[in-house]
Amino acid sequence: MSDLTSLTLAEARDRLKSRTISSAEITRAHLEAIERAKGLNAFIAVTADKALQMAEASDARLAKKGAGPLEGLPIGIKDLYATEGVHTQACSHILDGFKPVYESTVTGNLWRDGAVMLGKLNMDEFAMGSSNETSYYGPVASPWLPPNWSRDRARAATSSDKRGLLTPGGSSGGSASAVAARLCLAATASDTGGSIRQPAAFTGIVGIKPTYGRCSRYGMVAFASSLDQAGPLARTVRDAAIMLGSMAGPDPKDSTCSPSPVPDYEAAIGRSIKGMKIGVPKEYRLEGMSTEIDALWSRGAEWLRAAGASVVDVSLPHTPYALPAYYIVAPAEASSNLARYDGVRYGLREPGADILDLYEKTRARGFGPEVRRRLMIGTYVLSAGYYDAYYVRAQKIRTLIKRDFERVFADGVDAVLTPATPTAAFGIGEKGSDNPVEMYLNDIFTVTVNMAGLPGLVAPAGLSSEGLPLGLQLIGRPFDEETLFALGETIEQSAGRVTLPDPWWA
Amino acid sequence: MATDRASAKLIKGATGDWEVIVGLEVHAQVTSRSKLFSAAATAFGAEPNSHVSLVDAAMPGMLPVINRECVAQAVRTGLGLKAQINRRSTFDRKNYFYPDLPQGYQISQYKSPIVGEGEIQVDLTPDHPITVGIERLHLEQDAGKSLHDQSPTMSFVDLNRSGVALMEIVSKPDMRSAEEAKAYVGKLRTLLRYIGSSDGDMEKGNLRADVNVSVRRPGEALGTRCEIKNVNSIRFIGQAIEVEARRQVALIEDGGAVEQETRLFDPARGETRSLRSKEEAHDYRYFPDPDLLPLELDVAFIDALAADLPELPDAKRARFIADYGLSPYDASILVAERETANFFEDTVNHGGARRDAKAVANWLMGDIAAQANAQGVAVADAGLSSASLAALVDLIGEGVISGKIAKDLLVRLFADDRGADPRVLVETYGLRQVTDTGAIDSAVDAVIAANPDKAEQAKTKPGMLGWFVGQVMKSTGGKANPQAVSDTLKKRLGV
Repeated sequence: MSDLTSLTLAEARDRLKSRTISSAEITRAHLEAIERAKGLNAFIAVTADKALQMAEASDARLAKKGAGPLEGLPIGIKDLYATEGVHTQACSHILDGFKPVYESTVTGNLWRDGAVMLGKLNMDEFAMGSSNETSYYGPVASPWLPPNWSRDRARAATSSDKRGLLTPGGSSGGSASAVAARLCLAATASDTGGSIRQPAAFTGIVGIKPTYGRCSRYGMVAFASSLDQAGPLARTVRDAAIMLGSMAGPDPKDSTCSPSPVPDYEAAIGRSIKGMKIGVPKEYRLEGMSTEIDALWSRGAEWLRAAGASVVDVSLPHTPYALPAYYIVAPAEASSNLARYDGVRYGLREPGADILDLYEKTRARGFGPEVRRRLMIGTYVLSAGYYDAYYVRAQKIRTLIKRDFERVFADGVDAVLTPATPTAAFGIGEKGSDNPVEMYLNDIFTVTVNMAGLPGLVAPAGLSSEGLPLGLQLIGRPFDEETLFALGETIEQSAGRVTLPDPWWA
Repeated sequence: MATDRASAKLIKGATGDWEVIVGLEVHAQVTSRSKLFSAAATAFGAEPNSHVSLVDAAMPGMLPVINRECVAQAVRTGLGLKAQINRRSTFDRKNYFYPDLPQGYQISQYKSPIVGEGEIQVDLTPDHPITVGIERLHLEQDAGKSLHDQSPTMSFVDLNRSGVALMEIVSKPDMRSAEEAKAYVGKLRTLLRYIGSSDGDMEKGNLRADVNVSVRRPGEALGTRCEIKNVNSIRFIGQAIEVEARRQVALIEDGGAVEQETRLFDPARGETRSLRSKEEAHDYRYFPDPDLLPLELDVAFIDALAADLPELPDAKRARFIADYGLSPYDASILVAERETANFFEDTVNHGGARRDAKAVANWLMGDIAAQANAQGVAVADAGLSSASLAALVDLIGEGVISGKIAKDLLVRLFADDRGADPRVLVETYGLRQVTDTGAIDSAVDAVIAANPDKAEQAKTKPGMLGWFVGQVMKSTGGKANPQAVSDTLKKRLGV
């Protein structure tokens, strides 16, 4: 690993601006790092030629005036985002060979601002998963060594089935692993129930799911339209703020995208949090939760108090219903959103005796088991006779969850502090094979935020007794990402920067 | 429903009378440049798959964005139907798999339509209009077209229509005969064309109907209905209702029961056939489309559309009766097509003068309608200008030509002299009628001299006068002024 890949996005930006380094150099350094990190399986498509071309163009712009805010900075893109002429399959077999003729708004915004694309990042198939194990392209390994594993053992495991290596979380596992392993300065990710925040927590990096509607969904392969939001994964809060500043913004091509202008998120970094009121919700204190997580949470509250915020106990009484309701709403929308993958117009087609046979064969072979499970759940809960009992009731719960938060914010709370995940990262192959709900429980602290459409930021807050990263989550008012960045940076400063693992994989 | 109307429409069964109950779901293609949720063009007749956006093809990550003009058209139509305009409506997904439905769902308005209850006055006969209730009007996407005749082993799909906006206009079950249903569709079509929200072109499939038919003994509760899908002409709608009502009556009279099902009308065989039973009905798994926000209309938007509505057929008909003294029958016929009504008014008022409205109406409904029919076009498109018709009417009024000559002149105006000025043609062909009394006198004298017996009879039988007028007109090649001829004959014959 070179010094160039260890820079933060902000540091790299400043060096590019002062022209002490070139985009071509830093891009090449990352391409080399990616090449050496194949064993992690974070990138599923590397666009080296395109990256170098973009870097050259950036260097030309940096030499003149008119360089964008992300000019020359090499980043990775989750496979969920449509990138023109480049592999875009949401890591599903059913989108085999699909290369869109269009660009997603979010990635388009990043290229507009000068960013350089290194390639596409692994993810759970259609973003359905919490460990990146549902990807058609295989699981992603976290750059964090499993406790008590030697580097050699881990390196050996990368070239086999990766069992026992740690998952980077999911669904944005490729993005998290790549950012933590310093294969890119930052990455795009997406979050439907925790897919940005849980991987951030598992890999010791920063992730923010902005308010629903802050980023355009145009060109993002849809999972659950009312919950999906784009967001960045980065190594510092500042970097996440810089990334989101470019990704976010109004878009007439997405009716659910907010027309309000994007504030200068980076300016919120370092802003005083004195006088802010932080809510600690008692419903997030789960029975049997490890004392380690509990202690981390208290420590986080202490840091914020030390920086001048007040910490109050709050109640979000409908929290226990969030996860079951989420697993009705999200599959319901998915069952409809994924109907378009039928083998007729693009992607995989399994020939059949007639159209019905073609549909059945294509979808049976094209979708993995987790996606199939959710499509069946979704189809079931929308069926005549079940709709009111499931979907309608889940939507009511959703409204109640939203109201819980509204009440807390109306009481003057600026942000809510919770743990990000119930545990530190687990091993590949360890969870969910017998009981999928075991895997779903990963999202217990994060789904409420999607259900309420609020912004949620996860920052690394320390290490577990086994030396694995743990994160804290901050939940803010709608469109008040700035407060989260200010608070997140306070936690980041107080916890001290996480030392990311040395590249044992290289 | 008035009972007298109902009793007049009863179907005679073997065991007594039956009443037929009809409700219609009319699908009208919205007139708009682009589709309901995409910028692709809606033009008819293009090469297959040439008007398909990424949204229409349901590419991954594509999102629908509502077309404001389609919303405006639905609101205009709702206003024309005197209906409740819902300030807030929502879009739902109707889920089913079919190759011409790329998204795997149709975006429609299931729970909260943009337009609620309204009504339409249907002129079954000009003197006895009936009122048909409107249940709702909602916006939805059309599907593409599957082509099964292009290859022996495969079906092809044309997505040009995929995503085009449709208005589904649902009537209440207020019609009691095929005639009423046909009149309803005709009137609805007229209204849509006036408003400009649909061209109602049934040949292009831009207006089609699902027909719900049930029968019952007069006065009893509603029977089980069958839905006849996708009937695409007014004539077929009438035929479908008649055969379906008879089928149901025969079925019940034979001791059977009507089962709720979807049927198809086969015009070639004059029968309806079962398409799928209630048990086989799709479970469409409707749910609110999360890609679209609720559609919220502000009062100013609705008011502006209301202010810009053109005069609608009922108002125009009333005005034609009041202002021009037309009979209700004539007025109804003239207002059926907005262009014909405009043609009528333009002719009557051409050049600032006011002509005999009844005369203009007669020309339009008679000879000109016949000419237009022969050409297969609308009256206003038959190739005659309102200025020409005005000139023709003026020439008769001024006594320059007779009605008979005018008819001949009209034939010329539709043939070789298309576009010519009638006044010029009168001179060119020497059609000016003879009002010169000397010429008429000698023509009259000649006819009387040639028929002394008849002249004698005429003194006692005034009916003979007509025969003499005819003879004189014949001898003058029709150019003599008939009134002058008649007056002269009366004098000479002493009647």
